[in-house]
Formats: sequence, C-alpha cells, structure tokens
Amino acid sequence: MVDLSVQIGDLCLKNPIMPASGTFSEDLVTVFDLNLLGALVTKTITRGIRQGNPTPRVCEVSGSMLNSIGIPSKGVGQFIANMVPFYQAYNSPLVVSISGNTADEFARLCEEISVPGVAAIEVNISCPNIEEDGKAFAMRPASTLDVMRKLRAATDLPLWAKLTPNTGETSDVARAAEEGGADALVVSNTMLSMSIDVHSRKPRLGNLMGGLSGPSLKPISLRMAYQCAKAVDIPVIGCGGISTIDDVLEYLIAGASAVQVGTATFIHPTVMVQMIGELEAYLRTHNIASVRDLIGSVRDEEAADTVVFMEAAP
Amino acid sequence: MTAAVLHVTPDSIPANERVFESECLVKSNTPVNNDYRLLILDAPAEILNCTPGQFFHIQCPVRGGHHPYLRRPMSIYGYFPEKGELQFLYKIAGEGTAALAELKTGESLNVVGPLGQGFHIADNWQNLLLLARGVGLATLAPLALEAQRLGKKLTAICSARSPELLMSIDYFRDLGAEIITVTDSEGTSDLAHLQGVIEGLIADQGIDAFYTCGSNRLLKLLQEIGAKHGIPGEIALEQQMACGLGMCQCCVRSFRAESGIVHKRVCKEGPVFDLQEAMGW
Repeated sequence: MVDLSVQIGDLCLKNPIMPASGTFSEDLVTVFDLNLLGALVTKTITRGIRQGNPTPRVCEVSGSMLNSIGIPSKGVGQFIANMVPFYQAYNSPLVVSISGNTADEFARLCEEISVPGVAAIEVNISCPNIEEDGKAFAMRPASTLDVMRKLRAATDLPLWAKLTPNTGETSDVARAAEEGGADALVVSNTMLSMSIDVHSRKPRLGNLMGGLSGPSLKPISLRMAYQCAKAVDIPVIGCGGISTIDDVLEYLIAGASAVQVGTATFIHPTVMVQMIGELEAYLRTHNIASVRDLIGSVRDEEAADTVVFMEAAP
Repeated sequence: MTAAVLHVTPDSIPANERVFESECLVKSNTPVNNDYRLLILDAPAEILNCTPGQFFHIQCPVRGGHHPYLRRPMSIYGYFPEKGELQFLYKIAGEGTAALAELKTGESLNVVGPLGQGFHIADNWQNLLLLARGVGLATLAPLALEAQRLGKKLTAICSARSPELLMSIDYFRDLGAEIITVTDSEGTSDLAHLQGVIEGLIADQGIDAFYTCGSNRLLKLLQEIGAKHGIPGEIALEQQMACGLGMCQCCVRSFRAESGIVHKRVCKEGPVFDLQEAMGW
C-alpha cells in the first residue's frame, strides 16, 4: 500500500490533489464524493456582496482559457451561515479563499472567517489592491510583506498565500510571504491576458482583460513553483495548467508538496478523482512508498552540468 | 456497443440530480437539412434520467483542424432510456460544432450531464403552446413528448426563414400536436401576425402555458401576451458556459426579481426560467 498523504504545515492531507479556487463549488457533489479530495478549496469570497464582471466572462484561446469572472460573492455572512455547515459534512479539510480591496479590509475578513469548520485560509493576494492603484499585493515584495503581516495578526488558522505570475520578482515575493507569516504558498494564479475578435475588433472579454489558465500556463507556473520551493522553507502548493497525472508529477518533482487542479475540472469534472488513482498507480509502478519521496526530487544539478547554450548569432 | 460512465456519483444524491461524465458511442451523425445535423449517441441508462429542457456539456473532438478546448452546452433533442439513446440537433456555428460534424459512427464522444433545471408542466395546465424558431424547436421536442405522455393538448407554432428550414414538424405532429407554421419567405413570421395567431388560439381553445426558446423577439411577444391574459410560461435560455455545473459563474444573466435585478447562472438555476423573470437581450 502506497502512502499518498502529505503535510502542509500542521495540516495532514490524505492525498496531494485538491481543487483550485474558482473551479470548485458545492455543485460538484452531484458528480463525485468530495471526501476523495485532499482538501476542499472554495471560490474566493469577499466581505460584502459582489456581482462580478460583465459578460462575456470567458473565452477560449488555443487550448486554454481566459476568464474575467470578477469574484462574484454573496458575502462572508452568507458563507459562514450556509457554506461552512455544508462542508462540515465532509472530512476533507475546508480551505476558504478570501480577498480584499485593501490590506485592512482583507485582514478584517480573515478574522471574520476564522470560525470552527474552516481548516485553513487561502489568501488571494493576487487580486488588485485599490490602495496601490490596482496592482496586486503579490506583484511586489513590500506589499506582500505588509498584507501578510496584517493577515497573520488577524488569525491563528494556517494561512496559504496565493501568489501571482504577474510579477518579475517571484522568489523575493515568496520570501516576503514567508516572512509575513504564510504557512504555505500557492503558486500561482492566472496570468493577465487579452484576446481580440479580429472581425468585430472588440476584446473578447467583457472586462477587456482577464486571466489565462489551462495547459498554456503550466510551464510558467511550474517554473515559479520550482523557484519558490528553492526560496522558502514552507510548503509550496503547485497550481497552474494541471490537466494530467504527468502535470501533477512534474509539480511534485519540482518541489510542490501538493497541487491544485483548476480549469481541467471544467473540461473533465472527474479529473481530480482520476488523478488520485493514477498517482497511486505511478507510485506502485515505480516502487515509491510515499508520495513525499517524490517532492523536490528534481535532478536539477545533473541537468545544470549538461546545459548547452545556443551560440549567439554574429 | 457499450458506453462507459467514467465515475459513479455518490449514493446520497437523488438519482434525478446526479451528473455523469460518460463516453458515449456515436450511432449516427447525419444532416437534417442544409443547416442542421442530428447526432444520435448510444448512451448508458444512468445518464438518460433526464427532464425536458435539460442539457449536456459536450467535449467536441479535436478534428479537421478544429481545436475546441472548452465543452459546448447542447440542449437535449431526445432521450430514450428504453433504447439507450441520446439525441442532439445542432447547427454548425463555430469551431466546436464544426468538429462535432466530423464524428463518424462508432467513434466515442465524452458528454457531461444531464445538467440544469428543465421545464415544468403543472397538473392543471391542459392546453400548452410551444413557440420557437429554428433550432429552438430542438429544445422543445422532449417537452412535446412529455406533454403527450401526460395527455396534454399541445399546439406548436414553428417559425423559420423558409418552409424547407422548418424542422421536426412531423415529429411534433406524430405526438398529436396541432402545428402552425410561419416563415419569413411567406411573410407570416412577423410579430403582428404571430400575435393575431396566438390571440386567436387563446380565444378559441384557451392556453394554460407558453413555452419558448432562443429568440428575444418571441420572448417579448409572449411576455406581453402572457401579462395581458395572465398566462404563465417558461423560456429556455442560452449563454456561453465554461463548466456547465455552476462552479465558474461564467454564464450569469440578469433576471427580474421582487428585490430588483438579480444574476442567475443559466447552467444551474436554468437553462429554463420563468417567462416573466427573463430579460431580453
């Protein structure tokens, strides 16, 4: 019997497969048993009610997807009253994703959502900070450290910081999140993107720009997960373009302790359940006793020895 | 030939609420006329516990230079548990349906469903009126079958650009429906004429409920007549979707509610909505 369990801070997950925020809801109970998943990660909630962005909210681009859903939310009160009790019927830990427009509002929500039944809080610091002219908290180390310190002070629950690919300072942001008190990093989120209909010359999303997700994003997020795992001592949860068991394995080998599956669930609602079975089969086939033995097992020193650079053109 | 259900849903969910991801085999995929094709799948009994008006989310194949990524929502044209058959009537409208048209008999197609809330027929509604145009009739076909099963009187007003594009007329007639056809080429499909036809039906035989699909023009007409005569109704709406299950909140539309304008998900709270709640587009 192989061991699929992984440790994310103080939290022990029965397996490393969980949904990515925004691609999971209670609606999936009609498709499979939620108890099969390593954790249950909710769609991001906000303090107040939000309607979300204008339609069209999604468009298809060369084997991937852009979205500008805009975090529609019924507010924290409704979530605590209705959704937390709903998820208590399941034994997979509940991870609530939250977002705020300012660091103080974010911290207040963090405090409000720290209720029995919530196992961890995923802080979506990839969302725009209105005090910083719409730049996401996690685009820069300073704003990451500032918001994480406030969030850390607001709760005793484990904090998972969800980073953004829209930064040129990946490792520094990761270290800032760790210094600010994150218990784990989720790496990463959708990448800011755009698509235009060449016939109408109109942007194909109602919000003009949106986030790229799906297979196209994977090499970028995988690289970031690898960089972050090297930069910090807290666990990294890989997220971005995971569609197959090989994608899961790549993230684990790169250094992620668990993974979040997002857009792939839209294409195949049962994909996470299949991945859990395929992960077990992979470990058995390769005589690996525990999935933990895979984590960070990338042979990058050997690869570095054999790197051949292309000669620059004259 | 067999079809595979990829994962069995939890026993705690009522059978009529379960959603399956299934591989179905193509029985046939043939043109109906210049615009529309009929796809018939060999489907397992589990996924055929449907309600008229529900839909499936179809993974169109990567084929013939077409690379659809997201699934395509498609209303059910027919579901027959006794034959193990699931049918879709579709028009080639873009990359996904163009790829779908390439599917050959015996090939596999992945479908997710049945999804969404279907039509309702109240016990005391005896005279039902269906009004639709083009492929909107496909969505109403299972409703017509259910109306026949319940012994309701059915009148179907079928609209199209021209007589040769009128579809499913024989199907509706075989179900005992009274058929009224209107077309652009014959100059009978305009709103004023339609209003006269419907008002005539109300005066002659009485109408207890309206059902429609797909046309903003027809929605507004039925809302007006329904409000005037106190006749309830339902409309099946379409919207672009990503997940089809309610998770992504991509497919919201605006609806009238007592509290004001509200957003509802077409995939989950719909695709069938109260006629008067629906807003034009």
